[in-house]
Amino acid sequence: MLRYLIRRLLWALVLFIAVTFVTYVIFFLVPANPARLAAGQSATPERVEEVKHFLGLDRPFYVQYGKFLKRLVLEGSLGQSFVTRRSVNEEILRAAPITASLVFGAMVLVLSIAIPLGIFSALRPRSLLDRAAMIYVLIGISLPSFWIGLVLSYVVGFKLGLTPIAGYCEVFSVPEAAICGGLWDWAYHMILPCLTLAIVVAGTYVRFVRAEVMDTLSMDYVRTARAKGAPEPTVIRSHVLRNAMLPVVTMVGMDIGLLLGGAIFIETVFGLNGLGGTAIESIGRFDLPVLQGVVIFGAIAIIAFSLVVDLLYAWIDPRIRLT
Amino acid sequence: MSEPLLDVRDLRTEFSTDDGIVRAVDGVSFTIEPGQVLGIVGESGSGKSVTCLTVMGLNDAKFATSTGEVLFRGEDLLKAPGARLREIRGNEIAMIFQDPMTSLNPVHKIGRQLAEAVLLHEDVPRKQAYARALELLKAVGIPRAERRIDDYPHQFSGGMRQRVMIAMALINNPDLIIADEPTTALDVTTQAQILALLKRLQEDFGSAVIMITHDLGVVAETADEVIVMYAARIVERGHVRSIFNEPRHPYSWGLMGSLPRLDMNVERLYQIPGQPPSLLNPPAGCRFHPRCAYAMPICREQDPALAVTGTDPSHEEACHLDAETKARRAAELVSSLMTGAST
Repeated sequence: MLRYLIRRLLWALVLFIAVTFVTYVIFFLVPANPARLAAGQSATPERVEEVKHFLGLDRPFYVQYGKFLKRLVLEGSLGQSFVTRRSVNEEILRAAPITASLVFGAMVLVLSIAIPLGIFSALRPRSLLDRAAMIYVLIGISLPSFWIGLVLSYVVGFKLGLTPIAGYCEVFSVPEAAICGGLWDWAYHMILPCLTLAIVVAGTYVRFVRAEVMDTLSMDYVRTARAKGAPEPTVIRSHVLRNAMLPVVTMVGMDIGLLLGGAIFIETVFGLNGLGGTAIESIGRFDLPVLQGVVIFGAIAIIAFSLVVDLLYAWIDPRIRLT
Repeated sequence: MSEPLLDVRDLRTEFSTDDGIVRAVDGVSFTIEPGQVLGIVGESGSGKSVTCLTVMGLNDAKFATSTGEVLFRGEDLLKAPGARLREIRGNEIAMIFQDPMTSLNPVHKIGRQLAEAVLLHEDVPRKQAYARALELLKAVGIPRAERRIDDYPHQFSGGMRQRVMIAMALINNPDLIIADEPTTALDVTTQAQILALLKRLQEDFGSAVIMITHDLGVVAETADEVIVMYAARIVERGHVRSIFNEPRHPYSWGLMGSLPRLDMNVERLYQIPGQPPSLLNPPAGCRFHPRCAYAMPICREQDPALAVTGTDPSHEEACHLDAETKARRAAELVSSLMTGAST
């Protein structure tokens, strides 16, 4: 177990270096001049050179990459934004809870839609409910998230006035100047974005849960359970669900990791300045440190959640041993 | 004779598929007495498994329909409500399946799966159910059963898992055990152990057994009565000795000729030519005629009924061939096997 964890962490380190390095290389391949942008429109060429030196952009990229790594390891700092000079750590800490609220909120909704719906359609294939569920799956998979987001915010938020159409409220440590705050305001503002993301993601999950349950229903051990005289609810609960849910656990973990890197469209539609929005903004400004911060956060999220999935899997499936 | 334990009368089971209706069991009748072992032999797809799944009421109700009667101690199981069937399943009639590797739930401990079978039928404390599970694990010869009761199925070998399945089948002391190819998925040495175990326990527990198999050797070792099935129908039936001493159906001859023997040196094993027919559209007349070396014009037109043609009144077969030819051919086959044994 310990050896397994150590090996996983070493792998995470390798992955981390690879991801950050690739981000650096891509950034330096792009023909842009971040110093020019940072210095401002009216800056003289001398001034731009000065800024370039100040930001360290006049050094070869591997030197810059080395300095970046050194600062990260020794100070735990991701550096400062080229543009705003704010600490990237702070920037990420501000944006991450927004994206996390969106992703976890949506995941709770996804599972509470997809698990019951998937199970019932698997138990009654070709029934009315199953057909309705499959139509929903088609819609969920085909419609772009921003379209659903726009329609929901127009209908529910604007026309019906049931929810706000944009914005984010802090739950804890509400800033003085904030117009809203606290758990209620947070939930009230997050419901529509979460629902939008959930509608998009749940389609895939309904189909997946349905397929897994149907697959498990045809297993020999399910027939054994019936041959023992177990009533159908017991068969489903005790013999089908746990086995059918194993792959779903993997999928949830992977998707959470992936989405934490930023759900760009939905953040944009609902004016949430989360990681997705921050990433887009930093790309537009050639603000490498901020972009690097978002990439690193995303990579860590994926690494962490795949580890969580593996540990969870070993716990619920006795056949799997971590070695 | 006392009332039979199980009396199956003119059982027909159909499955509706996308290609049409498949008659998987077509007019099968048999009885089994308490404590008796009935062997059902046939190729894959001959309807032996479906017959037994129908008896258990385990066919998928969405696609399968059955007619006829399945009288278990006089009660028609085909007409019994679901709740009554669940009472009987695992309690009065238990089943052992072919593949022990997949027949146990991978995420539950062995003890829990065994105890579940008790708790489903008896209102006893959990502890008592586990005690019974442990007792049965010992009875089927699981070494260190006290510890292994807390193991998961993947920690058992195939043979050990089949022992667990047998323990599960016996745990409620059933009157009838249906064993669907219980040794097919096991290697040869394990097969012999499992068969011996089944036979010993069957005698200890006094259960009747329906032994479904495609292996005549298994039948010869375990069964009292034998039914040979071909293409959803019974083609021959009789006492095990009678069947092996005087097989009277060309299909049975084929089955026997294809038995490998350690004590005989044959160039090639006999092979029944062709494939079993599609049950979507079975051949007219005798269903075996396209593969039968003795087929006559009448075989293509008329379906032979089961009838006694030899000296043993309990030995029936469904074949148009005349009695003398049958007797002669059976004698030839048996003597060739016998001389083979002596050389």
